[in-house]
Amino acid sequence: MAAPVTDLSAAMVTAPVPPAHWLAILPVVLCISLGALLLMLRSLPRLQAWIAIAGLVVLLLLDAALLQQVVGHGPLTMVMGRWLPPFGIAFTVDVFSALMALAAAVAALAAGIYALSDATESGRRYGFFPLLMLLMAGVTGAFLTGDIFNLYVWFEVLLISSFGLLILGSERSQIDGALKYAVLNLIATTLFLIAVGILYASFGTLNMADIAERAAGLSGTAPLMTLACLFLLAFAMKAAAFPVNFWLPASYHTPRIAVSALFAGLLTKVGIYALLRVLVMLLPAERDELSLLIAVVGALTVLVGALGALAETDLRRLLGYVVISGIGNMLVGAALGTAEGLGGAVFYALHSVVLMTALYLLAGEAGRRGGSFSLAALGGLYRQNGWFAAISLMLLLAACGLPPFSGFWPKVLLVKASLDVGAWWLAGTILLGGFLLTIACGRVFLFAYWRPASPALPPVRTGWTAGLPLAALTILVIGIGLLPEQLLQLARSAADGLADPSAYIFSVFPEGTIR
Amino acid sequence: MEALFAVLVGLFFSAAIYLILSRFSIRIMLGIAILGNAVNLLIFTAGRLTRVVPPIIPAGADTLPSGAANPLPQALILTAIVISFSFLAFLLVLTYRAYQELGTDDTTRMHDAEPEDRPLPPLGY
Repeated sequence: MAAPVTDLSAAMVTAPVPPAHWLAILPVVLCISLGALLLMLRSLPRLQAWIAIAGLVVLLLLDAALLQQVVGHGPLTMVMGRWLPPFGIAFTVDVFSALMALAAAVAALAAGIYALSDATESGRRYGFFPLLMLLMAGVTGAFLTGDIFNLYVWFEVLLISSFGLLILGSERSQIDGALKYAVLNLIATTLFLIAVGILYASFGTLNMADIAERAAGLSGTAPLMTLACLFLLAFAMKAAAFPVNFWLPASYHTPRIAVSALFAGLLTKVGIYALLRVLVMLLPAERDELSLLIAVVGALTVLVGALGALAETDLRRLLGYVVISGIGNMLVGAALGTAEGLGGAVFYALHSVVLMTALYLLAGEAGRRGGSFSLAALGGLYRQNGWFAAISLMLLLAACGLPPFSGFWPKVLLVKASLDVGAWWLAGTILLGGFLLTIACGRVFLFAYWRPASPALPPVRTGWTAGLPLAALTILVIGIGLLPEQLLQLARSAADGLADPSAYIFSVFPEGTIR
Repeated sequence: MEALFAVLVGLFFSAAIYLILSRFSIRIMLGIAILGNAVNLLIFTAGRLTRVVPPIIPAGADTLPSGAANPLPQALILTAIVISFSFLAFLLVLTYRAYQELGTDDTTRMHDAEPEDRPLPPLGY
């Protein structure tokens, strides 16, 4: 019996996928397959490490190629299993996604190189590098996906890998920190899942482009405000915004430095990315309604982070509060919602990925050289090595948002955007937060570097595994500070893509696709 | 049927939140287990609860007959069940390790990562 002839073009992509579109999925494919491969090589820790570094370099190149493609040709979409969207799960990449993925790859490569000497033999045997690759799969997948349930799945992938990384070493403080981190983050993703369930019940679709198109028409009938609030709470918890930030200072200082650096660079920014993507692109009307709330939360987060940094003695915990303060700045940008404000938030997120990774690596080196992480015990680092002190000072000043480093420009954008809409109190809060952070970071330099140590610290060699990532990230921080124009343009176009997702929608549903 | 499930989901959520608010880690874990199931039931209910129309596309039609239960939420739940199960397994082991290492299941007495009497940073030298 002859099979009935059916026209598959109504349900499936029949044209061959253009080679460039494979770039949307390749970074995730690479991370997952390398994660699996490294898992099988666990008896060969040295080989495992080098394969992981090579893989991260390839990931960086892929993400750079993806960014170039997206900037040159607009957002691109690839659907799984060739099913037409919205039925097939879509990976949709726009400038914002590609920028974040690239920044994440930079941070991961730096942390991976640092881990060559930082991860202990047993840590490697228990899977540091496989977990690192799987974490990157989760982070990259979350940035690149165009399907909201898929976003939830990537959140879970990165969450379970982060659990594994957090407890490598099984020290008492790690288990204590991991318990709090795990419970609160799991509750946050569960809230996200609740919101996704309700969203599907009201929209009947999970594809982000489809949701963005339908949201305006459903505002009268669907509980969109409830949805927006649930998303806001879930992502604010992930991003460690006040008052749901307490898991971060409880856990980020406990794991190995390479892991802390990775977490500080990536995890909270995934929360911010999802917040911007969902609230700004999918539910813009509800974001307008909630903007005052987001602004207040952002302002409080800026201040709480800065005050926390002032009150901390432990260098790593202090940096945890610096991360939180930065999250507040990004939330302010999300609250403003103007092109300038969103551009500032995107720029700040990119700067924060690079800078926070560098700062934690710096803290690791300072702790190794000075023999302690406590400001009460550290001292004499400047006398010990002037170059290291110079790098430290530049990175600390970048964290405060002082020129000519990368932290300056996003703050300029945010302050200007706040003043443009007449929110002088937001501008004042950002500046006050920067002022308090300057005091906190200045105090770090004062005590750990300038204060003479008695007896003077013996000279310590910094190996290339620590020196190379630190130097490279510092050059990046200075480079962004001195030549911000190109990144500024990219951040602006990312923000425009969020505020007006028509190109994003067009890439998923080109004309002629049946709906 | 939906109303009944809505009440049930509400009860699940209240039980879960009550347990999570406890300070004993094992109760928090029980709360998280119930929370996961509450969410699964919520999504299940969102996909329409009915047996009247089987979810089979009749010959000659392109789509499901109206009123059939939506199979997609059930696929979502399947994913969510697997994920929440593996997370719960990890968390239970973590809780047990925490009990062994820290000698308590009272979260207010877990102060290894954040010691209670942390000194303030030095004010001068």
